[in-house]
Amino acid sequence: MTEPVLDIRGLTKSFGALVVSDGIDLSLNPGEIHAVIGPNGAGKTTLIAQICGALAPDAGTIRLKGQDVTALPTRARARMGLARTFQISALAMEDTVLQNALLGALGAAGNPWRLFRPVLSDRALRARAEAALDRVGLLEKAAMRTADLSHGERRQLEVAVALTLEPAAFVMDEPMAGLGAEGGQKMTALLDTLRHEAPILLVEHDMDAVFALADRISVLVYGKVIASGPPDAIRADAAVRDAYLGEEA
Amino acid sequence: MVNAALVAALVGVPLWAHVAGEPFTITLATRAVIFALAAVGLNLALGLGGLVSLGHAVFFGIGGYAMGILAFHAQNYLPMFPETLAIEGTKSMPVIWLVAVIASALAALVIGLLSLRTAGVYFIMITLAFGQMFYYFTISWSAYGGEDGLSIWVRNGFPGLNTLDPIQFYGLCFTLLCGALWLSHRIARSPFGLMLNAARQVPHRVETVGLDGQRAKLVVFVISGAITGLAGALFADLNRFVSPTMFSWHMSGEIMIFVILGGVARLFGPVAGAVLFVAMEHVLGDLSDYWHIYLGALLLGIVLFARGGVVGLLAGRAKSHD
Repeated sequence: MTEPVLDIRGLTKSFGALVVSDGIDLSLNPGEIHAVIGPNGAGKTTLIAQICGALAPDAGTIRLKGQDVTALPTRARARMGLARTFQISALAMEDTVLQNALLGALGAAGNPWRLFRPVLSDRALRARAEAALDRVGLLEKAAMRTADLSHGERRQLEVAVALTLEPAAFVMDEPMAGLGAEGGQKMTALLDTLRHEAPILLVEHDMDAVFALADRISVLVYGKVIASGPPDAIRADAAVRDAYLGEEA
Repeated sequence: MVNAALVAALVGVPLWAHVAGEPFTITLATRAVIFALAAVGLNLALGLGGLVSLGHAVFFGIGGYAMGILAFHAQNYLPMFPETLAIEGTKSMPVIWLVAVIASALAALVIGLLSLRTAGVYFIMITLAFGQMFYYFTISWSAYGGEDGLSIWVRNGFPGLNTLDPIQFYGLCFTLLCGALWLSHRIARSPFGLMLNAARQVPHRVETVGLDGQRAKLVVFVISGAITGLAGALFADLNRFVSPTMFSWHMSGEIMIFVILGGVARLFGPVAGAVLFVAMEHVLGDLSDYWHIYLGALLLGIVLFARGGVVGLLAGRAKSHD
């Protein structure tokens, strides 16, 4: 069996008496989409924050490509190939779409300490940024101001920035958030093709998308993984139905 | 268009004044150009890096005292640290400028390292506090005039030029301003500028693509301080006088007013702001001692209705760093 790209063992974090991560075990294997679902307040966002290095866990280890990254800052994890997308788009709104993509390319492949050469004259960097924009269908809007994009296009740009890193693993925090039916379908189709480039740890509320995409689903309730397995098994799991899926599943 | 008109005025008016024999107008223009240079420095930190520094007078003052101290030792034929190093003073502008730039860059490095641990209003307060520290230090520094400051009898020299001729000194200052503008323009478009620009707007994004936004802010703060320091050395040479007021928080506030008046993050914003300020100071200052009331009203208007400053008002929205 191949080694998981991302391997999380016994991750524990509490804020005072509130345990937000309670001995979480999770792994992400090459080529898969592993969805993490759970009701509001289950600790999904703090889980992502710990995986990406924005928050330090109290106990447990996080391994990326076999290497222990638990103590490394966000920056170092990104350079090792961990690409995060945000629930609320984190884009430089005053800048153009291309500049946002260039920022990712710069982090992954460029020299950010050049003070004199115009960034747009770096062909390799530009090609990398434009390829990522092309992947998400935003290339013709490259020159637009990011603030003028629609909400759905910003979600796509968020994915494009992650793509410029040519990552080893994606960690996506609700990429479908706020998308309508059509936008959701487009994003679902996009993520479906991305799994072959790098596996995706997908935190998502949109159950249609989760069941359409996920190879495995883990259910997080009160900081604990109460069930983990293929979509059919999760759908059939009584405890999950009880805690989360309710009647509609 | 606005930029071209500004440059035309800054070239044309002093030349006209030179021909017409109006040295005072040239001196006013020199004052505007030097203020503009100081503000171009601040605009790098404020506009590009989003660092609201209320302590840029520190660098302006260090530049001023670099000139004052070096020229003081030269005019009195007294070496510095006579027992140990015995460094001679100098009346050479290029040497003075170099010392001013290095000294203010070092100060910016230390102040930046400490201040950048904070953000927002705390950053404003800590930079202000550093300014006041330098201000009170120079007041009590009796070796260099203390509260009375230092007078330099003759303007320092530049190889091949007669710096006592107002138009020649103006040319020097204007050339340095153009150099600083060119530098700002290049930095804004460079990979470094892209990183800094994003670090100002979405710091967490910059980290998640593997870049060090905090260090970028420190680097721009140092460059910014160095440029303002150079302006300080020129200002001292214009007045042939340095005093602790160059370090006062009024000075920091004025440099910030130039930037806000002209347009934050606009390449020519600080130039427009400084020119407008000096023009108002001269014209309105003749009418009333309380001309700052009108300045205040204008500033209020700009902040409330025209965030892009005068340049933004006249030239429209920036096309990603105009």
